[in-house]
Amino acid sequence: MVNIAIEQDHIRPPQPPGFLKWMKENLFSSIFNTVLTILLIPLISYFLFAVSKWVFFAAEWRAVTQFPLLYAVGQYPRDQIWRVGIILSGLFLFLGISWGRWGGLLKSISFAAGFIMLVTALLPVQHPALDLSMRLYLGSNLLIILVGYLIGSKTAIKNIYIFVGWLLVPVCGIVLLAGFEASELIPNVSTTLWGGLLVTILLAAGGIFLSFPLGIALAFGRRSSLPVVSAFSTLFIEVIRGVPLVTILFMFSIILALFLPVESRIDRLVRALMAVTVFSAAYSAENIRGGLQAVPLGQIEASKALGMGNFKTTIFIVLPQALRAVLPAIVGQFISLFKDTTLVVIIGINDFLGIGRSIINSDPEFVQMRTEVYIFMAVVYWIFSYLMSLASRRMESAMGMSNNM
Amino acid sequence: MFRKYFPVLAIFIVLALALTACGTTEQPPAGEPITVVETVIVTVEVPVEVPAEPVEAAPVAEDIFSRVLDRGKVVCGGRTDLAGFGMLDADGKNIGFDIDFCRAVAAAVFGDPDAVEVVPLTAADRGPALQTAEVDILSRNVTWTSSRDAQWGNFTNVMFYDGQGFMIRKDSGITSTDDFDGATVCVTSGTTTEQNLSDFFRQNEMEYEAVIFEETPAVYSAYEEERCDVTTSDKSQLASVRSGFADPEAHLILDITISKEPLTPAVPQGDDTWFDIVKLVSFALINAEELGVTQANVEEMKSSTNINVLRLLGEEGDWGYTDLGLTADALANAILAVGNYGEIYDRYMGPEGMSFTLPRGPNNLWSNGGLIYAPPVK
Repeated sequence: MVNIAIEQDHIRPPQPPGFLKWMKENLFSSIFNTVLTILLIPLISYFLFAVSKWVFFAAEWRAVTQFPLLYAVGQYPRDQIWRVGIILSGLFLFLGISWGRWGGLLKSISFAAGFIMLVTALLPVQHPALDLSMRLYLGSNLLIILVGYLIGSKTAIKNIYIFVGWLLVPVCGIVLLAGFEASELIPNVSTTLWGGLLVTILLAAGGIFLSFPLGIALAFGRRSSLPVVSAFSTLFIEVIRGVPLVTILFMFSIILALFLPVESRIDRLVRALMAVTVFSAAYSAENIRGGLQAVPLGQIEASKALGMGNFKTTIFIVLPQALRAVLPAIVGQFISLFKDTTLVVIIGINDFLGIGRSIINSDPEFVQMRTEVYIFMAVVYWIFSYLMSLASRRMESAMGMSNNM
Repeated sequence: MFRKYFPVLAIFIVLALALTACGTTEQPPAGEPITVVETVIVTVEVPVEVPAEPVEAAPVAEDIFSRVLDRGKVVCGGRTDLAGFGMLDADGKNIGFDIDFCRAVAAAVFGDPDAVEVVPLTAADRGPALQTAEVDILSRNVTWTSSRDAQWGNFTNVMFYDGQGFMIRKDSGITSTDDFDGATVCVTSGTTTEQNLSDFFRQNEMEYEAVIFEETPAVYSAYEEERCDVTTSDKSQLASVRSGFADPEAHLILDITISKEPLTPAVPQGDDTWFDIVKLVSFALINAEELGVTQANVEEMKSSTNINVLRLLGEEGDWGYTDLGLTADALANAILAVGNYGEIYDRYMGPEGMSFTLPRGPNNLWSNGGLIYAPPVK
């Protein structure tokens, strides 16, 4: 093993090949490849030319550029929008701290976030939503990320506090967003006014964090030797998996409302979150169960032999191995959950897609610009999905490394 | 560990109970034996086929008005995606013809037109939202039909007379519906619009080819790309779409109306006082236009010499406010908040309208040859 590695080192060129060499190797390595390259280059350039011509000249982006806040937070009252700002800054602070502590992908995300903030703050356009205070706020987020970085890298802040912070910001954030009935400073903002990307992220993140533990519980439940628990889990998983998400959304949104008295009515957004969670939990449970089955029996027997109880065996031996094995599947599940949240439009929640549709339909003129709006939304969804899959890939490689050591 | 998941378990149990309850409501009185299988089928169908039927199980609050007063605001079922009727402005505010009516009611009850919470509802959940009294008013472009009246709630007073019409290109050679034989028609799928269309052609013994789309915008772009000769929808919708075309003048909305679509705000069943209040507000808006009371001149008109104006504004006599538990100037507040009927109409659909221009037609006052008529306020 060791010998082969050294030999390869000798054969491998000391630096990456130059541009010309790269072209020769990859594009013109054989006659067939040369012909292919010569045929495809004009085709691809024509395609790129046509696309950029449309994007920069033909397309009307007014329906996108005119309503940045509407896409971001929906109908959330504009004089209360600082609450969203505080949460965003809180997230940036902990992003910076984590970057300072762990680096890696977090560094890239911090850079990207900071870059986006800076560019938006300095955009040389006149826009009612982009007044001086908004620009200052966006710019100050750059500082917040940097301060976080310094805290994370220079101080000896305990890791556990960083995790608690990551947990606290969203939880406090939701309380802050909702406000209180009696409060003067943060009056109650009904969830019917929440919308846009805010709701999409809330539903996706909430669904992921709630469905994951529920999925684990269901996976264990299905493998349990207790007949009631096992039957219940199996029934739950099979019923939910056997029904489309649309049906589950309708069920929570309409059927549940029909039977609960008016006073104990559950909020619409919470109902949607429940539906998304339950749906995702059933799928996660099966993924996790696959991982549980992949853990060799010997591991469990070994931990028993070491004197570990059932609980310890599960938490420290079985679960970590099981979850590592199915991480790609689970992340795939979460990405599809993120995209599935768009279905809440059909129960009248204005998530990102819903706001886009509302904008298109709010003005006869914008109906003509719906292609642009849908493309914009597709790009935003793609960015989030891609970030998630990027994070999962980095996590996998990090775990793989720890395995080799 | 299981304590953590207890709430979720509890929710599931509630759900299971709810489904059981659903089953029991469908059961006929005891004595007549019925198979269990049938009950199960019903429970599965309800979530998919949305206009759910088991009204008996829904615990509708008896006293909506006092609930509104306790809450301090009116919850109004509306929409955010229909130009002219319920839409969003750049600040995220809900505006439109239907929304202004809710604001008028809020102004009448609380003196504050902003004491409104608009819940966006889809075509699927508007009925259940009204049945379960999740909303105090449903003002969402809903056509008043007998079955909805029986099932959903109480319809108040027609605020907008719409009807299905046809739009054609002027250069298409079609001038009236007589030329429709063999035409291709763009239409949205699975709506009453599609059904009305087929009824119309069958009755007139003509052939047509339907080009069907799921999404409304797709229908109109297909029409604009000349993939069909005719497109059909409610006339207000056609007017709205036409104003968005590059050259609106090249398109013609035919005079013929093939269906009745009286768009009417509705309230949940069970509270007559609330029903009366909402109705009265619509009467007041219409009477205000008749009497020349506008948003701008409400205060001056309080010293008018016209006895009917004084009655409307609560300056003389009792128009019923003591019985309903409102203040004397409730209707004046409503008019002050959103203007009279004509002003609301013109704001969105008049010649200078925010959304599009649609001649008043049947939505003119009865005294101007239209259908808009309201009992006197006195």
